[in-house]
Amino acid sequence: MDDALFPKGVKRCPLPEFLMKLGPVVALLIWGVVAMLMCWIKGLNQTNMNDAYGFAAWIWADLTVIALGGGAFFTGFLRYLIGKEKLKNIINFAVLIGFICYSSALLILAIDIGQPLRGWFIFWHANVHSMLTEVAFCLTCYFGVLTIEYLPLVLENRQIDRVPFFHNLTHHMHEVMPLFAATGAFLSFFHQGSLGGVAGVLFGRPFAFREGLFIWPWTFFLFTWSAAAYGPCFTIMLAKITEKVTGKRLIKDDVYDLLAKIAGWMMATYIVAKIIDTWYWATVTAPARGMTFMQFYSNNPLYGIWILILEIVIGGVIPAAILLTRKGRNTPFALMTAVVLGVIGVCVNRWVMVLQTLAVPVLPFEGWPMYYPSWQEVATTLLPVAYGIILVAFSYRYLPVFPQEAELNPIVSEPAAPPAPAPDTDAEPADAELSPAQA
Amino acid sequence: MKHEQAKKYGMVIDLDKCTGCGACMVACMAENNVPFKEDETNKLDSITWMRVYQLTNGKPFPDTDICYLPRPCMHCEGDHGHSPCVSVCPATATDYSMDTGIVSQIYTRCFGCRYCMAACPYHARYFNWWDPVWPNGMEKYLNPNVSPRMRGVVEKCSFCYHRYQLAKDRAFMEGRRELEEEEYQTACTQACPAGAIVFGDLNNKTHRVHQIVQPDPAHAGRPKNPKAFRLLERLGTNPKVYYLSSREWVRRSGDHYLPHEGPGGGH
Ligand code: SF4
Ligand code: SF4
Repeated sequence: MDDALFPKGVKRCPLPEFLMKLGPVVALLIWGVVAMLMCWIKGLNQTNMNDAYGFAAWIWADLTVIALGGGAFFTGFLRYLIGKEKLKNIINFAVLIGFICYSSALLILAIDIGQPLRGWFIFWHANVHSMLTEVAFCLTCYFGVLTIEYLPLVLENRQIDRVPFFHNLTHHMHEVMPLFAATGAFLSFFHQGSLGGVAGVLFGRPFAFREGLFIWPWTFFLFTWSAAAYGPCFTIMLAKITEKVTGKRLIKDDVYDLLAKIAGWMMATYIVAKIIDTWYWATVTAPARGMTFMQFYSNNPLYGIWILILEIVIGGVIPAAILLTRKGRNTPFALMTAVVLGVIGVCVNRWVMVLQTLAVPVLPFEGWPMYYPSWQEVATTLLPVAYGIILVAFSYRYLPVFPQEAELNPIVSEPAAPPAPAPDTDAEPADAELSPAQA
Repeated sequence: MKHEQAKKYGMVIDLDKCTGCGACMVACMAENNVPFKEDETNKLDSITWMRVYQLTNGKPFPDTDICYLPRPCMHCEGDHGHSPCVSVCPATATDYSMDTGIVSQIYTRCFGCRYCMAACPYHARYFNWWDPVWPNGMEKYLNPNVSPRMRGVVEKCSFCYHRYQLAKDRAFMEGRRELEEEEYQTACTQACPAGAIVFGDLNNKTHRVHQIVQPDPAHAGRPKNPKAFRLLERLGTNPKVYYLSSREWVRRSGDHYLPHEGPGGGH
């Protein structure tokens, strides 16, 4: 029915089946939209946030998707600036995931603020001393960069590409892509870092506060570093899940291997830095404020020392160790375990930096307030997940997201449609990258 | 025209005198048009610019002792006006005044990100989770000098800044620049039946607050009075609200101390 829109040389399921499969996801999306409208119309009393938890599930989700979306800037950085050519086979997917993550983050922020119509005040009345201002500026600019990076992929749709203007535009955009990749890496360095700074500068919150370099607390650097380490893990994890769902191999193993190896090194170095940071905080920073390490991990029903072990050992040391060995990277189960653990590790890190920071009682005569999200918060947090699945599904169906797909899945059993080049366009290399402009 | 000397308005609350009656809380709510809910039992989402805490020494009878501690906004100066909350607000919706030392809140500019709440260790900031609803007829009794707040913004104690403005206006009309001590007093100070709250200019040696606290400018305003202390002194928030207590355990309840740190340790 919609075959004419498919990328060249690949097979897709019939449209009704495709739409049917997306049914439950659309239901999830609608649930999220209802909750979002309730929050906008009735206000944030629809959440379980309160004056002790001014930041909660949404800010956690924000910080997390931005860290996970870090795969886009870091893969772009490796491909265009370091020259890891092989990564061109996963960069489209990384950009797509980044685009989804960042658009989700902006949407969640728009729901999270008490007066959404005043959201622009952050730009208009900007306080240059606030880490959140830096986040807002860099995040918005970087979302623009991601859109520019995603656009050529949309234009490479088989039908759009037939229009000479779009074909040439795509070509030229690819030519300047290294510039955008560099801009993206620069912006990402700052907003990922500033998100770490958001917690690290809170000198009234001894759990989060860190010393640092000039105006930047150590969390600034740790957040950027962890996004570069864990973002690619998320990209790999989702690519593997996409392969499972589609029942096809979409990316060659050597591409995974390279990205996983780099992520492994980033993670290993990050986790060493994180351990040193934690050690210094526990032995110097917190005691200087009269607080002992165990004060942050006791006398409450949830936050025990287990959470630190989950974050650093299970979500950091173990996946890094797996990814650093060739055997670990090349064993599908081990690779999947490592990236999943890594994703858990970074999710836990962002959780504690937001929620445990607020949970730890600072006034000595106060107790630990506890929090669980309301259904409206859960639904609005799942909304971007549903939207992400839909965008990945449509992009996969109609856009050449995976340049190696045709090569890895040759169409053999269809005598009616031999894999001959279409007569109306130039034959394109399988990796659909930098195709020559039409004469 | 001669420039006025910068003020540093602050407060000292004598915890030996405070009976925990809550008159300061009531006066504050009425003075500042603070909205309330039908059911105020959940203190985590109700607004109390001034909140009275109950502290106990945790000892069994007959050594049990309690103390009431009223907590307004501390109007933290931080390091040269770098208050925990002011420095983080992305929209410059809260500000530290170098002229008065008052941390203001601009309701019409605040867009409700709540970062300042995360930054304040004293829980002095409150979010308007609901639009204010006044019982029938009560809107006629609202204070015309204080703007009510809408849903979705943060509010907090302003040291009754509108009273400062009124007092300044009056003084100006009378051809004066400086205010007398009693010309500008907060509602809680005046309402306290025990006279536990003393308010004034910490920079002015003739003001009682200065005389009681004896702030040490060389040490970020730390009190020289051995009975005086500030909440969470060690965080470096540099608050302008001081407390007085003759009881050692009360003074130590104001901050965290490591097990080996004896009384007064860590400062
Ligand atoms: S007590 Fe809280 S709200 Fe008041 S100035 Fe200090 S940090 Fe800001
Ligand atoms: S909630 Fe309002 S005052 Fe507080 S940081 Fe955000 S914009 Fe500033």
